[in-house]
Amino acid sequence: MINIEDVTKRYPGGHDALKGLSLSVDKGEMVFVTGHSGAGKSTLLRLIALIDRPTSGQVIVDGQNTRQVTPRRIPAYRRQIGMVFQDHKLLYDRPVSDNVALPLIIAGVSHREAARKVRAALDQVSLLSKEKHLPETLSSGEQQRVGIARAIVSRPKLLIADEPTGNLDPDLSLEVMRIFRRFNEVGVTLLIASHDIALIDQLGCRRIPLENGTLQIESEEDPVAEYVERLEAEQGRDHWQP
Amino acid sequence: MKSSDALTAPRKTGPISNWAAVHWNTAVAALGRLARQPFASLMIILVIGVTLALPAALHLVIKNAQSISSSWDNALDFSVYLKTDVTLDQAQRLVNIIEQRADVEEVRLVAADDALKEFREQSGFGDALDHLSVNPLPHTMVVRPASANTDVSIGLLNEELGNLPEADFVQVDTEWVQRFHAILDILERAIAIGAGLLAAAIIVIIGNTIRLDIQNRREEIEVTKLIGASNAFVRRPFLYTGIWYGLAGALLALALVRYGLFALEEPITRLSGLYSSPFSALALDLRESLIIVGAGISLGLTGSWLAAARHMRRIEPR
Repeated sequence: MINIEDVTKRYPGGHDALKGLSLSVDKGEMVFVTGHSGAGKSTLLRLIALIDRPTSGQVIVDGQNTRQVTPRRIPAYRRQIGMVFQDHKLLYDRPVSDNVALPLIIAGVSHREAARKVRAALDQVSLLSKEKHLPETLSSGEQQRVGIARAIVSRPKLLIADEPTGNLDPDLSLEVMRIFRRFNEVGVTLLIASHDIALIDQLGCRRIPLENGTLQIESEEDPVAEYVERLEAEQGRDHWQP
Repeated sequence: MKSSDALTAPRKTGPISNWAAVHWNTAVAALGRLARQPFASLMIILVIGVTLALPAALHLVIKNAQSISSSWDNALDFSVYLKTDVTLDQAQRLVNIIEQRADVEEVRLVAADDALKEFREQSGFGDALDHLSVNPLPHTMVVRPASANTDVSIGLLNEELGNLPEADFVQVDTEWVQRFHAILDILERAIAIGAGLLAAAIIVIIGNTIRLDIQNRREEIEVTKLIGASNAFVRRPFLYTGIWYGLAGALLALALVRYGLFALEEPITRLSGLYSSPFSALALDLRESLIIVGAGISLGLTGSWLAAARHMRRIEPR
């Protein structure tokens, strides 16, 4: 589904966010990209979402080389991918149902059909009762679920998520991951950037650890490194808690 | 097969009706957004309305002036001054002949004595005129051409009257009417130029308003683009906002002009009463009203389009 081939991304100023990174994600996989902030997780997702383009190398998503997607074709390209963000990126001046309907409206789906699909998507994230609420009146976890409903409402084959649990406490994080899991079970490919190692281990999914823009040597065989990583992850999480 | 499909599949709406629905919804949403900040919207609509009303009102003034003066054209009387040796009888016979002409509506004979009497009463030279031994005034025929006359046939009539052996000279004072028309033409052109400048001002006003609107909704535009909205999609609500501004401004302009006419109606009636003329001021007709509405809408669209084209492209998800 995703093929990253020898990708380098150099930002203006000479900082290399990714250095010769190669990886692939198969159809139907649920994969976590892990690493410290600055390891290149977000950059990788930005390249897949075509918010940025690689300095060199190939990014191939569902058989499409992103190099060949012209600026005019970017909107249509993005519509094939569901995206979930750490800060939800909801539109706060309109109700939950309108937020979730947005991708369908953009795609030109009729209102009747959109309404039906919106209800189905909200049902999947258990927010059907909050359909008419404004996002501000919802908790952070609920807002994130609205963001997820919006990402899956047009049934994309690929869903990418950047720190989807970054602002959530452990219980809510697990709830969000369970929702992702359910999508994965019906065939959606997921690529999730997260530093929440403990949570990922609980789910038992493949991990792609990044460090300084390249693949980190797999840490499973190195108990000390794993311990340090765990410790850092815990600290990272503590940092987020109020 | 077909019937079972129809039962399970959601009713497909045609691409056209769906397209129309998308536009309708965008238009209504844009209108709702304007209604939610009524004061700011009204200020802009007021500015556009006044700006559009100005040339419309001036155009109306010119149009009324033209309508008054056009009735003068063919109703100009010819004063045919007869030679002083023409007797009253000869003059009367001439009047009878000329009255038969198809291009003449009526002929009135002003006898020299009557003319002198009238002049004495009206000029204030009464006493001085008493000292005249003979009446220096000739008999005069006042010829009113038929209303069916064209400019050419009027000219011809003028010439023929001048060629009469009894006629001394013919006076037709059309020159001032022509001058008046020339002045109206100049004014009309000046108004057209002014209207062009005002149109540019409206484009700038609407463009600037939309620019601010785009800045305020920057985040929303970014998010929508991130989800896969095309430039056309994010531009559309702003274009409809511009259209609504233009339409509302044009309707306000029509109302202002209408109200102005209403306010002037009474003094105009009084004035035309003094001239014992049946004149009543002309309002904007349907075609002119539609032109104003069309101008408002297209200026709104142009202004918002320029703003959107200039500022929308720069907003990309980061």
